[in-house]
Amino acid sequence: MIRFDRVTKRFPDGTVAVDELDLTAPTGKITVLVGPSGCGKTTSLRMVNRMIEPTSGAIYLDGTDTADLKAAEMRRGIGYVIQHAGLFPHRTIVENIGAVPTLLGWDKKRIQERSMELLERVGLDPSVARRYPSQLSGGQQQRVGVARALAADPPVMLMDEPFSAVDPVVREQLQDEFLRLQDELDKTIIFVTHDIDEAIKMGDQVAVLRVGGRLAQMADPAYLLTHPADDFVADFVGRDRGYRALSFQASPRLPLHSERTLLMGEATDRTDEWILVVDDEHRPQGWVEPSRLSGPVTEADLQRGGTVARASGSLRAALDAALSAPSRRGVIVDDSGELIGTVRAHEVLAAIEDADRPELQDDDQAGSPAPDPAAEHTPS
Amino acid sequence: MIQSIIEWLLSPESWTGSSGIATRLWEHLLYSAIVVVLACVIAIPLGLYIGHAGRANWAVTLANSARAVPTLGLLFAMTLVVGPMISSELAFVIPSIAVLVLLAIPPVLSGAYAGVASVDPAARDAARGVGMRPLQVLTRVEVPCALPLLLSGIRAATLQVIATATIAAYVGLGGLGRFLIDGLASGDYVRTAGGALLVAALALTVDGVLALVERYAVSPGLTGKDVGDTAVVASTT
Repeated sequence: MIRFDRVTKRFPDGTVAVDELDLTAPTGKITVLVGPSGCGKTTSLRMVNRMIEPTSGAIYLDGTDTADLKAAEMRRGIGYVIQHAGLFPHRTIVENIGAVPTLLGWDKKRIQERSMELLERVGLDPSVARRYPSQLSGGQQQRVGVARALAADPPVMLMDEPFSAVDPVVREQLQDEFLRLQDELDKTIIFVTHDIDEAIKMGDQVAVLRVGGRLAQMADPAYLLTHPADDFVADFVGRDRGYRALSFQASPRLPLHSERTLLMGEATDRTDEWILVVDDEHRPQGWVEPSRLSGPVTEADLQRGGTVARASGSLRAALDAALSAPSRRGVIVDDSGELIGTVRAHEVLAAIEDADRPELQDDDQAGSPAPDPAAEHTPS
Repeated sequence: MIQSIIEWLLSPESWTGSSGIATRLWEHLLYSAIVVVLACVIAIPLGLYIGHAGRANWAVTLANSARAVPTLGLLFAMTLVVGPMISSELAFVIPSIAVLVLLAIPPVLSGAYAGVASVDPAARDAARGVGMRPLQVLTRVEVPCALPLLLSGIRAATLQVIATATIAAYVGLGGLGRFLIDGLASGDYVRTAGGALLVAALALTVDGVLALVERYAVSPGLTGKDVGDTAVVASTT
């Protein structure tokens, strides 16, 4: 657990980057700091491993005041990932990953094994091990950055806009993979971003900071979307928040309709407006218009605009499936990807109206951290 | 003319003896080496510090403007002023070396400074962030990354020193400069030209050796030269 206790940072020129910040990042969770530029999010993160020293206040790592630790030694126990990866250009990829173990004095064989293990863990081909950072793409470099941070298996990780410098497709891939990794690793993470969508996706809890370094609201993503504390947060959270909040609501049992399907490669004499095409394993492939079909259905005939939602997924996915299908019938599959039925938008909407929104918490007020049982025992 | 230069260069008599080519070559190399080492000892730590701390950049500007000082003039001035204060042969050695060191400092200083200043700030930040102490950041990241520029500064200084060390002969020291001066004085242009050729050959040879050192000392990750297998790995992003 990382706890900020009335932490303030005032720079020599008088600007206050962080103002009396109280915040708790619970163990094993991702706490996202988000806000516009100048809100002190990066400064806050960098004060945890004392890359920047606080002007006043204290930061506790599992109850120990970080000011009492030796900065360099402490940093070896905290994973650190930054925006442009910051790999050492003169070292190979394995050497980069092994940076912290090398500082800790592990023996060479163990460093090598650990580095290779992490290389695969972050989804890189072992053949890049002997390459240099300049030979890798931005996304690959960022993976190496994550691997380097994980090398000595630190319980805590600090991530400063780790995925901002790569293109949107790669970013989403990196986010998804990192979340999967975190599922296994349960690190205590502080994650800084300026992108509210990333914050909502990555965070177990999200702290919205306002310019001048004050906490505007701290809540889990669904709560943040449904109950922004004030105009600033509402504005920052942005448009479509009602729709986006559906991401965090699991679909209830939706009224599914059975769908007549056509097997790939089959012909049909039916005259329905749209027919759903499936493969041999009953997995949806796309929609076809029989009127345009001449002979058996081929890949080229498929209309692939429709998204597919899992029955166990969110209401957002179900609604999107209905809205995006050319037939207006949203395709719902089970966890193995097999078709189980279709649903119409108005049926999803009915389910949404029946679903509960996260309730307003009685003690909720701007600036107060979300209740956290772990925060109750204060460090000695 | 060319014929006689070649003859002079190839004849065993001109190579042997206390004023033969071998001795002069050795003297020349020795003075140059002393000068470059002294310049490095002064300029590298200073340049690294300025580049690392981002402070006292004026020192680099100052050193560079000192390049405008005429070396030969300075040599005579120093010999006249400093010489009488020192007895023994050092009266000539010290001014010569001092003047050449002054000549060698600017390129080394600029190289060291520019090398460190050009290190990717993200790499430097990460070096601290993974838990390197300040000295480790310098020795494990900043210096290795600064090597290409640092070494080319040293190469430039070495070339200049070898070429300019000929003037040491004016104040009575040896080195290849003797052939130039004596040749000019006695109208023996074969020796003058031969000596000049030797200086040029020495400068090029030493530069070649330093280029080799550079190739082995600088990480392939910095030069962009390919390492090992060349297959592009594009399977993962």
